[in-house]
Amino acid sequence: MRAFAHTPFGALSIAILRGFVRDRAALFFAVVFPLMFLVLFGALLSNQDQSEIDMITVGDVPLLEDLPADAREAFETTFEVEESDDLDAALAEVRDGDADVVVEQKGDTLVAHYTQTEQVKAAITQSTLKAYVDGANIAASGQPARFGFAAERVEDESLTTIQFFTPGLLGWAIATSAALGAAATLQGWRQTKLLRRLQLAPVSTGTVVGARVAVTIAIALGQTAIFLGLGAATLGLKLTGSWWMSIPLVVVGTLCFMAIGLLAGAIAKSTEGAVNMANFFVLPMAFLSGSFFPLDATPPWLQRVSDVLPLKHLNEGMLDVLVRGQGPSAALVPLTILAAFAVVVTLLAARLFRWDTA
Amino acid sequence: MTAIAAKGLTKRYGDLTAVDALDLTVAAGEFVGVLGPNGAGKTTLLEMLEGLRKPDAGEVSVLGEPAWPRNRALQPRIGVQLQASAFFERLTAREQIHTFAALYRAPGSAADEWLERVGLVAKADTRVEDLSGGQAQRLSIACALVHDPELVFLDEPTAALDPQARRNLWDLLADINDSGRTVVLTTHHMDEAETLCDRVAIVDHGRLLQHDTPAALVAAHAGGGNLEDVFLALTGREYRA
Repeated sequence: MRAFAHTPFGALSIAILRGFVRDRAALFFAVVFPLMFLVLFGALLSNQDQSEIDMITVGDVPLLEDLPADAREAFETTFEVEESDDLDAALAEVRDGDADVVVEQKGDTLVAHYTQTEQVKAAITQSTLKAYVDGANIAASGQPARFGFAAERVEDESLTTIQFFTPGLLGWAIATSAALGAAATLQGWRQTKLLRRLQLAPVSTGTVVGARVAVTIAIALGQTAIFLGLGAATLGLKLTGSWWMSIPLVVVGTLCFMAIGLLAGAIAKSTEGAVNMANFFVLPMAFLSGSFFPLDATPPWLQRVSDVLPLKHLNEGMLDVLVRGQGPSAALVPLTILAAFAVVVTLLAARLFRWDTA
Repeated sequence: MTAIAAKGLTKRYGDLTAVDALDLTVAAGEFVGVLGPNGAGKTTLLEMLEGLRKPDAGEVSVLGEPAWPRNRALQPRIGVQLQASAFFERLTAREQIHTFAALYRAPGSAADEWLERVGLVAKADTRVEDLSGGQAQRLSIACALVHDPELVFLDEPTAALDPQARRNLWDLLADINDSGRTVVLTTHHMDEAETLCDRVAIVDHGRLLQHDTPAALVAAHAGGGNLEDVFLALTGREYRA
């Protein structure tokens, strides 16, 4: 370690890394901010199941009391039941929003009173109760049921909320810190003339660029480890088989977004301008690339637009290998596209590159 | 031996000729001050001597080697101080100079030694952003010298220093020169040039107007005044950029 710190490459890398970890704002936006989104989205959207429906039964309701065992189990997870003898008081509770539905049985007819303000709960209540009545009718007819019905949830095989958002938010986090870091470093070093000073030192441009790239990749892999680690430990994230292919994706994605940051840094006239420009490239791209919401639900033209954005390919690749259980080869196309972007944008940035502000 | 030999050095930016067919010779071990009003072409001249810019015409050899294109064999032999702000962000003074030492493959002990020589041991753990102007200036000079260069370029090293810091820096610069190094500095302080420099080069409109010892210049031009009178006599009194 000490020997490494005494080589030009090692000393530069350590200097850059120290500059990053001591920059509270950069650290916040690279790690804490995206994690806040992850926790927020996880908390807001993970419990997509409806909360229990508050039901008040008035008087005897034999139809519900004599449910078969399997139906009773489903009934109890759907409804929170309270018993009452006073119909008017119960109706008042529904009207005030304290309860969702009042159920009474008049002879052989089950009557449900509900309001339209809770439409989803009202619909669930109606269809559930109607199913019990149908079931009771079949039982009363003495005939065996001819048609069967089986429900299978697809969420487990597709993606739950946390599964979907982790790769996309991670992609956004990596893109942001790579682009902003590169833009700020290039402009900052140019403003302070450090770039000139380094040009005068016996180190090659390759060593300087290499150190910056190495640190950015190390930061991106750190972000990945924190994201996936925290996601798996606390938010129920389940990684699939070839998750390790996310490592080359992160590396190549970092190079791609560093190039975008270098381009911003080459065009802009000040450090703030460079950072803003990098954000201007990355933040809208994050929206259009499915970092914050699934693209499946968006109009086709938007999906075509997203196809030309590198972040979309990073996100798709990450989704495929991290949570969709696809094989390692699923990452190859995104890797190729990202690498091509990186090369083209780097060449463009290199053409616009200047050593100093003059 | 000649430390710097520039012949017919010319640099144009569009219509502006920043340096115009300038000849300059600096002997090894000499302490030379480059004086000139703002916009006279001092910085461009220094940048060509340092190998940062390609001359449009003319040639420079530094320590016996061509300065352009960027000469990797030459760089470890030259020390350059550009501006007190040319630092890595958020590093302490000690980390800063150790980083520069490593870039030049100089030992860490040299970094600590220089920190002591410029009186920054007490500030070793202070981040560069929190150093005063004078402290930052001293640190940037120490960073330029940490690899023990034969030739040192200093760009207005005493700008923004209080008199105490300026005098201490003079002692330091004289020491550096006494140890056999060639020093080239730019300055606006005529007393500084008069005290420190073996010879002064007065530059204006990209041309070398005079290059002689301060005493000879004063004798020839000042009419009983000092170097500042020589300077004003040669470059006029109009405001510059």
